[in-house]
Amino acid sequence: MANYTLRINGEKHEVDVDPATPMLWVLRDSLNMVGTKFGCGIAQCGACTIHLGENATRSCQLPVSAVGDQEITTIEGLSEHGDHPVQQAWLEVDVPQCGYCQAGQIMSASALLKKNPNPTDADIDQAMNGNICRCGTYVRIKQAIKTAAETAQNA
Amino acid sequence: MTLVKTQIGRRAFIRNTSLAGGGLVLGFSWLNSCKPEQAKTIAVMEMPKEWFEMNAFLKIGDNGVVTIMSPNPEIGQNVKTSMPMIVAEELDVDWNDVIVEQAALNTENFSWQVAGGSRSIANGWPALRMAGATARAMLVGAAAEAWQVPALEITTSEGVISHEASGNSAGYGEMAAAAAKMEVPEEVALKEPSQFKIIGTSRKNVDGKNIVTGKPLFGIDVQREGMLIATPVHPPAFGMKLKSFDAEEVKAMPGIRDVFSIKLYDEDYARGPFDHTAFNELVIVLGESTWQVFQAKKALKVEWEPTADQSYSMSLFGNPMTINHPAGSENSETHWEEMEALNAKKGNVVRRDGNPEAAFAKAAKVIESTYSCPFLAHNTMEPMNFFANVTENHAELLGPTQTPEWMETAVAARLGLDKENVDIMMTRMGGGFGRRLYGHFMVEAAAISQKVGAPVKLVYTREDDMSQGTYRPAYLATYRAALDEEGNLTAFHIRAGGIPESPLFANRFPAGAIDNYLAEDWTVETNITTGAFRAPRSNFIAGAEQAFLDEIAEAAGKDPIEFRLELLKRAQENPVGENNDYEALRYAGVLELVREKSGWNGAEHEGKHRGVSAYFCHQSYVAQVLDLTMDGDKPVVDRVCTAIDCGIVINPDAATNLAQGGAVDGIGHAMYSQLTFKDGAPEQTNFDRYRLIRHSEAPKKIDVHFVENEIDPTGMGEPPFPPVMGALANAIYKATGRRRYHQPFITDRPEIVG
Repeated sequence: MANYTLRINGEKHEVDVDPATPMLWVLRDSLNMVGTKFGCGIAQCGACTIHLGENATRSCQLPVSAVGDQEITTIEGLSEHGDHPVQQAWLEVDVPQCGYCQAGQIMSASALLKKNPNPTDADIDQAMNGNICRCGTYVRIKQAIKTAAETAQNA
Repeated sequence: MTLVKTQIGRRAFIRNTSLAGGGLVLGFSWLNSCKPEQAKTIAVMEMPKEWFEMNAFLKIGDNGVVTIMSPNPEIGQNVKTSMPMIVAEELDVDWNDVIVEQAALNTENFSWQVAGGSRSIANGWPALRMAGATARAMLVGAAAEAWQVPALEITTSEGVISHEASGNSAGYGEMAAAAAKMEVPEEVALKEPSQFKIIGTSRKNVDGKNIVTGKPLFGIDVQREGMLIATPVHPPAFGMKLKSFDAEEVKAMPGIRDVFSIKLYDEDYARGPFDHTAFNELVIVLGESTWQVFQAKKALKVEWEPTADQSYSMSLFGNPMTINHPAGSENSETHWEEMEALNAKKGNVVRRDGNPEAAFAKAAKVIESTYSCPFLAHNTMEPMNFFANVTENHAELLGPTQTPEWMETAVAARLGLDKENVDIMMTRMGGGFGRRLYGHFMVEAAAISQKVGAPVKLVYTREDDMSQGTYRPAYLATYRAALDEEGNLTAFHIRAGGIPESPLFANRFPAGAIDNYLAEDWTVETNITTGAFRAPRSNFIAGAEQAFLDEIAEAAGKDPIEFRLELLKRAQENPVGENNDYEALRYAGVLELVREKSGWNGAEHEGKHRGVSAYFCHQSYVAQVLDLTMDGDKPVVDRVCTAIDCGIVINPDAATNLAQGGAVDGIGHAMYSQLTFKDGAPEQTNFDRYRLIRHSEAPKKIDVHFVENEIDPTGMGEPPFPPVMGALANAIYKATGRRRYHQPFITDRPEIVG
């Protein structure tokens, strides 16, 4: 076990965990921030996506010991009032079915738009391909990403 | 206006009561229904000081806010929005004043609290309407007394009661206290569909805001004071069971509290189809955090041994059934050999019309094709899990289950408690698809909590989930068709079977449309457990049948839609045989609608390869036209045009979402997914080897069109899933000149994808 001071959603958090513990479980079990989801544990489904700095990162394969002083953003901290353009677009398009994968989808989409404010379909496919949606909301996710891009550009 | 008796579920409405007010409420529907820019500026609605319970489905606050209970499990089919919409419609309230809450299992107040068979809306329809209409009648009655005017002269609209002649008017909140004291009327009037203001209009998912902000909604998110985490270790292969384990090293690992084995059911327990499991004895690792128990599980030393033959007699909805699990380690290769051997023999004749043998003997042309599909794992994105807190006299269970009512019996029996002392609450579910109809994991969580005397959350890893069983069965079907000199279809023969069940629906189309018809089935026993998977059996046979009809149409030189319509005309005007399951007119209706909406006869799709398919299941009709282009050897689905007749559509945009998902799901599973076995063990246990469709493989566009009618709602969750597999196969044939018979199509050699 070891002590870590983590910067998550703009706040400092102290945890005492095994250095190998993935951030996914630090968030969910140690900090009770359960918006980040467990899907596969091997970085193949994207349900656990968070931002490490500005990069979409699979938190199930990110040991707490590797985080250092990098800023972490989770779905809970993407916006203060749940009004990030991507979250708003998700509501406007009414994307979710079961909803379980959507936090990961939103984190991947928001990281994409930060780097590429006007992505093509191919850009979206490439950035989002690691996020599985078992309900098959892919068409709406793409629509919502485009809506968010437009909203952000018109803002 | 229709008058209905106010009898719901197993009893009449109970007397209503006034409840203490307040309480934290999350998730107003109106926060989700407004434009995003407005959402920022709207303050949270004020909570009423007092609630008045009108009946089990709804309570009204003194300020007019209405809480509607959603009785059924929410697995992503959006019933948590659409079921309350039905109540709100008959209550005649403004949807923006509605708060939705998930109801717990309550067999006194509700019936069919099941997410299965696409039955939530269809089964709930009468009770949901009656609940709203009854409360409305009591509000009107209270106003009539207060104003001393005839109730028949009173009107309601969006939560406001009015009497035009006297000029009186009041909000529902003002009359709620008096209404709650009214006698429950014996009969109430329901609206005509033409009067609907909420039903048939699109309303946003009531959980939308909570989903996109990562609120704890799911079973796996449950956290409680003093809660321990448990994870199971089950045999690595079917046909194996626990022999021994050495827990010493693992018990010393950080955070591990205990390691022990549990037996789920005693030998004399009469299992049911929904509590059955292949793995009755598990090793449980119990600890303080999920990561710690997952790590400890990997380090655990366990020895397994072969099982003997097993047989379970049970009842499925009153019909006796037996599950036999023969001993041994099964392999996919031998599965196919067994299936092909059985399919080569005469099967069990399920339906026979005319003289099929004679018709085949004198046919000018006979077409024969064989289709197959592999086992599939449901792979809900949220792995199996459940929370249980069992004390001496009581059990609280909280988590994702599609069948709380059916599982209550098994949980109570395992714990030695009366059902009255077992409380089950459903969380929102990270997918169902049939997997959570089977609730052994609830019994496991309860048994563990009882043993350790602490609240416990049981969590499966993805690998546990994918290797536990309850799979979609593997199926094989051979179709034969006889054509005469003019290309008329004179006889039709299907022989179909599977492990362990046959996918045959002998009385579905094209039965009833062909003079000479023969349907046979066969089955192979297995020790691999299987279960219902979105549109069970239809999820294979629809695609096979619709691909075969395409072959017949081609051989007959007919347009594939015209060919189907001719058969349906025959079934409508002069049906062959009895017990035909479908209504030919509604079936033809979706084909005609998809023909129009897809521009079937136009030039819109030039340069694209098209396939059509239409199927009936869950009392609904779906037709799909799929357009694709080839990108090298990779098919790219440009568009799926879907036409659906599911009767009255409650929430059109949400139903569209479900149909879009169904198309993606169908294309994905037909194209990419399979679960294979070696020595009894699944060869795919996570998403590195098990393929699910991904973003880049999804159709570019999916448009959905509903047949408008006033028929009571029928199934919506499952029907859009099966037929698209046929449309895909037919379009791939057009694109490549080679028909795909064996799912997943990427491995139907030669490979068509990279």
